[in-house]
Amino acid sequence: MRAFTVHSGLAAPMDRANVDTDLIIPKQFLKSIKRSGFGPNLFDELRYLDEGQPGQDCSRRPLNEDFPLNFPRYRGASILLARENFGCGSSREHAPWALEDYGFRCIIAPSFADIFYNNCFKNGVLPIALDAAIVDRLFDQMYASEGYELTVDLQRQRVITPDGEEIPFEVDAFRRQCLLEGLDDIGLTLQRADAIRAYEDRQRIDSPWLFGAIR
Amino acid sequence: MAGQTLYDKLWQSHLVEQREDGSALIYIDRQLIHEVTSPQAFEGLRLAGRKPWRRDANLAVPDHNVPTELRERAGGVAAIEDPVSRLQVQTLDDNCDDFDLVKFDINDVRQGIVHVVGPEQGVTLPGMTVVCGDSHTSTHGALGALAHGIGTSEVEHVLATQTLIQQKMNNMLVRVDGSLQRGVTAKDVALAIIGKIGTAGGTGYAIEFGGQVVRDMSMEGRMTLCNMSIEAGARMGMIAVDDTTLEYVKGRPFAPSGEMWDLAVAAWSDLHSDEDAVFDVVVTLQGEEIEPQVTWGTSPEMVLPVNGTLPDPAAIEDPSRKAAVTRALEYMGLQAGSRITDIRPDRVFIGSCTNSRIEDLRAAADVVKGRKVADSVKQALVVPGSGEVKKQAEAEGLDRVFLAAGMEWREPGCSMCLAMNADKLGAGEHCASTSNRNFEGRQGFGGRTHLVSPAMAAAAAVAGHFVDVRDWQEAGQ
Repeated sequence: MRAFTVHSGLAAPMDRANVDTDLIIPKQFLKSIKRSGFGPNLFDELRYLDEGQPGQDCSRRPLNEDFPLNFPRYRGASILLARENFGCGSSREHAPWALEDYGFRCIIAPSFADIFYNNCFKNGVLPIALDAAIVDRLFDQMYASEGYELTVDLQRQRVITPDGEEIPFEVDAFRRQCLLEGLDDIGLTLQRADAIRAYEDRQRIDSPWLFGAIR
Repeated sequence: MAGQTLYDKLWQSHLVEQREDGSALIYIDRQLIHEVTSPQAFEGLRLAGRKPWRRDANLAVPDHNVPTELRERAGGVAAIEDPVSRLQVQTLDDNCDDFDLVKFDINDVRQGIVHVVGPEQGVTLPGMTVVCGDSHTSTHGALGALAHGIGTSEVEHVLATQTLIQQKMNNMLVRVDGSLQRGVTAKDVALAIIGKIGTAGGTGYAIEFGGQVVRDMSMEGRMTLCNMSIEAGARMGMIAVDDTTLEYVKGRPFAPSGEMWDLAVAAWSDLHSDEDAVFDVVVTLQGEEIEPQVTWGTSPEMVLPVNGTLPDPAAIEDPSRKAAVTRALEYMGLQAGSRITDIRPDRVFIGSCTNSRIEDLRAAADVVKGRKVADSVKQALVVPGSGEVKKQAEAEGLDRVFLAAGMEWREPGCSMCLAMNADKLGAGEHCASTSNRNFEGRQGFGGRTHLVSPAMAAAAAVAGHFVDVRDWQEAGQ
């Protein structure tokens, strides 16, 4: 996984509450057996005017000119400002894959759905939950100034605005460490294989019915 | 010290290690696997040269992409017409062969929607930790299990290590007191709860459902309720083990039997919250006050009793909510102030991991028996949740009831719940659906979903518009 330490980039808006993972990446693209290539279909139903199909050349599709990510001023954005309950709905990891593939490294919102939040960390995407009032203010500042860039410092747990304001954020210690170092958590867990085996050995004696084999 | 909640107990009994940084290593007893969220996990194992930790803890079954028309289904995987879907189902088969995991093939009678198959086969049991790369894994909490959806990276993590790195959630009790009116079902209870606490109300919590209404529910009803925990924002919902649970589990193909059954039952008797357990939040509803529910918008929290009228954005002060209601009305092609009973579905879908079990099909058949689907309804699909449900329904003659009413009787799968196969809505079409999500485009590009119970969907199919199934049942009897 790609490490995340400090990132500076252009901010872009997804200005609606309860953005669900169907909206982030519609189901027809979930038929892919790959992990990459979802970026052109991020927010597909909002970005384009037609119905997208897997394997299509998206550069030839009619764009929805009213959708902010299609505005020239947000081209190349890597930080997404969003609203409450971002990423609700299905557990599809294709949602953070699509965001990452598009170029987003960080999403700032007042709140996130649990499974989506967790999935982001597995893919080098940092979700940051800030007070709704602060997110409101960031939206206002972004709308007011073209080229609005934010800096996100995970080491220091700060979002830094263009005028130098530093906004602290919370992140769970384990997830932070994995992201800072770009760690493969399966590898980490396998270092504890002895503890897992010891647990299994106890359970096989105490609760043998849990080990009924699917054969 | 205060007593433990059911969630606390399940967490504690699966704790391999608690770490200083607040994370914990949790053992996973069962993983269910389907074709959509697993290919990249198997690929990850392959790239890292890893093998499954415990092959026999996993069960795979294709469900999301499978065709439900017999014509296309009969030929198996090779006959799936959409090449992208075919490749995905074939890839699941190949991966299970490569890693030696058990799968139920597309035309195995045991095949079906993972969340119908797991409990039905006794593959998922009380007291287990159950995961699947699917958010409706919360369904299995109805058995008194700790069950939740995970992403593909975690599917790979569970395959490789039989564990997950987790943070403990807070405890929420949703208590539904009293009893339900006739014609009001677990689906209506689920939607009423979501209407009350919102789609983010359960974020950060493990929900336990309790109260007399839940104790009186069948296992099918409890599964419907736990299934929609995720629509209330909670990854997991669960219900204490009682006699209803035991009666359901006993004799299932993969359930323990003989002496092992007795041992298990003795242990399962502790799978309830202690009387002095403390919940971080308690939400209560009164069963008698719950009416049949219909969603009108593009989020499950946009829900009303069937006799309700649609909200007017002009009367809403909060700007975010005002914008959401305005957008939802526009997407749904509905007018502020109009009545739910004026909505006319173009299609009806009875199925999904929420409502495709035998009891759901019986409820729908009861309503349509001796009646016809309205001319204005283009299609009314009934899609059983598994081959076993289909077989049981046919033994009871339910298929003939549906067919006589002008409905279609299909092969098992996820079908029009998320429209990954050929079953989908056309743009602008309204659907009375027993599924779980009414998001924009969920059932097809531009499609408009109204979530309801099976009885309400069936009644809407016959009437051609939403009706209060309570009156309907009175009149019909």
